[in-house]
Amino acid sequence: MTQPPRKIGGTLLKVDGISLAFGGVKALSDISFEIREHEILAIIGPNGAGKSSMLNVINGFYHPQQGAITYKGATRSQMRPHEAAAQGIARTFQNIALFRGMSTLDNIMTGRLLKMKTNFFMQALYWGPALKEEIAHREVVERIIDFLEIQSIRKTPVGRLPYGLQKRVELGRALAAEPELLLLDEPMAGMNVEEKEDMCRFILDVNDEFGTTIALIEHDMGVVMDISDRVVVLDYGRKIADGRPDQVRANQDVIDAYLGVGH
Amino acid sequence: MADQAAAPAPVGDPDDTFSKLLRRNASQRGARPASREKEYGIWQTWSWAEVEREVRALACGLATLGLKRGDRVAIVGDNRPRLYWTMVAAQAIGGVPVPVYQDAVADEMKYVLDHAEVRFVVAEDQEQVDKVLAVREFCPRIDAVVFCDPRGMRHYDQSFLRQYDRMQDEGRAYDAAHPGFYEAEIATGKGSDVAIMLYTSGTTGTPKGCMLSFDNLIVTARNAAEREHLTEAEEVLAYLPMAWVGDNIFSLAQAYATGFCVSCPESSATVMTDLRELGPTYFFAPPRIFENVLTQVMIRMEDASWIKRRMFHYFMNLAKRVGIAILDGKPAGIIDRLLYALGGVLVYGPLKNTLGFSRIRLAYTAGEAIGPDIFDFYRSLGMNIKQLYGMTETAVFICIQPDGQVKPDTVGTPAPEVEVKIADNGEVLVRSPGVFLRYYKNDAATAEAKTGDGWVHTGDAGYFDGDGHLKIIDRAKDVGRLTGGGLFAPKYLENKLKFFPFIKEAVAFGHGRDHAAAFINIDREATGNWAERQGLAYASYSDLAARAEVYDQIRQCIEKVNADLAADPKLAASQIRRFLILHKELDADDGELTRTRKVRRSFVAERYAKQIGALYSNADAIDIEAQVTFEDGRKGMLKAKLKIAEAHTFAPTDTVRRAG
Repeated sequence: MTQPPRKIGGTLLKVDGISLAFGGVKALSDISFEIREHEILAIIGPNGAGKSSMLNVINGFYHPQQGAITYKGATRSQMRPHEAAAQGIARTFQNIALFRGMSTLDNIMTGRLLKMKTNFFMQALYWGPALKEEIAHREVVERIIDFLEIQSIRKTPVGRLPYGLQKRVELGRALAAEPELLLLDEPMAGMNVEEKEDMCRFILDVNDEFGTTIALIEHDMGVVMDISDRVVVLDYGRKIADGRPDQVRANQDVIDAYLGVGH
Repeated sequence: MADQAAAPAPVGDPDDTFSKLLRRNASQRGARPASREKEYGIWQTWSWAEVEREVRALACGLATLGLKRGDRVAIVGDNRPRLYWTMVAAQAIGGVPVPVYQDAVADEMKYVLDHAEVRFVVAEDQEQVDKVLAVREFCPRIDAVVFCDPRGMRHYDQSFLRQYDRMQDEGRAYDAAHPGFYEAEIATGKGSDVAIMLYTSGTTGTPKGCMLSFDNLIVTARNAAEREHLTEAEEVLAYLPMAWVGDNIFSLAQAYATGFCVSCPESSATVMTDLRELGPTYFFAPPRIFENVLTQVMIRMEDASWIKRRMFHYFMNLAKRVGIAILDGKPAGIIDRLLYALGGVLVYGPLKNTLGFSRIRLAYTAGEAIGPDIFDFYRSLGMNIKQLYGMTETAVFICIQPDGQVKPDTVGTPAPEVEVKIADNGEVLVRSPGVFLRYYKNDAATAEAKTGDGWVHTGDAGYFDGDGHLKIIDRAKDVGRLTGGGLFAPKYLENKLKFFPFIKEAVAFGHGRDHAAAFINIDREATGNWAERQGLAYASYSDLAARAEVYDQIRQCIEKVNADLAADPKLAASQIRRFLILHKELDADDGELTRTRKVRRSFVAERYAKQIGALYSNADAIDIEAQVTFEDGRKGMLKAKLKIAEAHTFAPTDTVRRAG
């Protein structure tokens, strides 16, 4: 299939010289790259390369010792999670982090939290503006349910769902925040071929229909090469390559990192 | 021909097409609901007056695309109000809708689109459009493809693609510019016109395009609706494939003739939830759905607390004893009646409510034989479920079980205006107002299926019992003989086997052999659940299917069937001696089943020739290497070793032993 002509814009987020260490362990050293508007960027690398740490730095969960993050023109040395969320960065987690006892619908509804304007008491009374607001949010959530084709599990507690569907619900919750930048941490881990294909389609559709910028971590090279516009490769906390999928695939450092090299 | 048979129909009925019925409904009951669909979690309703406006805009929109009288319009997708409206809109201006099975793979779709010389395709979404695009180069007659849901198709720039809403807008503009166009087109249509072309799945050979007229559909639908006292207050859920004649009768013809509302599920995965929310009063399902629901209930009851389980079993036993008599208005003891009423509050009511069957006034099942246990289960709950006998070529209705006289082993008495006779070779012949016009571009097949004076060969062997109820045994051509001379009715055996919850599908062999043998497909859910409760670990379906414990269970089922057969002098010789359990489920994608899930016997016989050979040898196992087709069309290989097991047979319990 031909890639649809998507419009990739200027820099949305830029990380510059990021270094992160936990005690003596260097997780990231001097990493710089940028994420451009409307693109799908894949971050790949062998186990322990620092991919999840990188996402955690971007959404403010980890605070790097050095470096700067520029998001939508504003530069700071570190993000804070609530700032990141308020400014349109949403994410999913490698180990699913949903409310297991709550239904799919309620889980996705929690993604709307930051958009709710009425206060707790009005919501508890469920009256007037709170009622109106709830209906408006519910509509957004229902559109996401429709988009992700999970109508049949709307009322099912997520703890009872198979893994692949839980991943989809988590994506739904992230989408509920109507993010500009969506960070996906191994969205396809542990899925079978069919589930992976579905997930790929959803990611491409999100990118295409909503213009959402996506940065994702993924191990399945087939998937990465198929859907991403650009690939950043990390190895032992360093960036070893950055470019179009075909360029990265041909890069000798990348091949060595993945296949190992004689010492 | 068909016109002759349709003669007793109300002559000169002014509403002899669907668009005329729609006009009548819009003026007589304009505010009543006509279509319903769940979208974004809420049921959206369109009244008859609104539906007429939608259809009118659509019809004019199709006209702007250049649709002329007689052009074929393919309809591809799940049950959606928009697709039903499209059918009526196409018919309004003389087009002939050709619904296509929505799960058809591209190749199957190509055959229909090409054979029917389709000019326009109306597809539900990207998935269906992609399939049409994949085969379009082989179907050069396709002028335009209209899609309802634009999701994911933003970058499709082919000039022949048209969005449904835009087409409707253009239709409205056309309508404004050409006042009277729609009325004139409707007036031109008449009852004897071709209303629809339905491709019959065909257990053998290529599909045939069965052409039905408006008279066929409307007269038949109306007759049956009158016999069953259907009213405009019925509630129906349309969830079976639109390409199947039954859906056309239940969800379109009868709805337009009597004016009831048809609801479409949110998606195919939500049918059970939607059913429960909606509470239909009139319901059709093939036996396998009733079976699945019952299996689910039983599985869930096994996991329930003991008090619920005790209560369930106590009241189900009571229902088994007296429920059917009470339903049929036959005498029952006063204490039993009181207990049954209590059971209604404690068990039957809540159970029916959970299943969405609380309001069912009339339910049909057809297509295959239904297990007597399953049938009785629903009837004993007080659900008026009845068997129906029909086929595409007769616009469904041939026989219906009459209220109060339901005999599980027959299909009931002929529907109004339907004549049934049994040919000398035992085949059932039918003549009715519903008898089809002809097969498209296949006069040879038409001549084979229908005599000059309008009798249709059903291909089924059967006979009338003492009360005038028709009993169907098997396909006439499938009834064979063992080398010993004993009768071999494969479907009869298979149905008996399939009535066991562990067995999902069975294929029996025996014609021209010295004994009968069978392939078994285990039921994933029932067997899996049983294995779990036994503490049996298994990795996959094929692993489970190969377990010795599972073989033992299946052997017991087969031996029960054998014991039954031994009591029947005609069929005692066809007891099953050897069997094997297949490592994969028979699948329509692999060509082993038809889209309506009937086994394609000859195909299976050819593909599994080696395994059948092994059944008739002394081997106790056979290797198998089978090609499977994945949903995206790729193919893969599955390898396994299949065990062959023997089952005990019984001496005929009948006194006279067959000679030779």
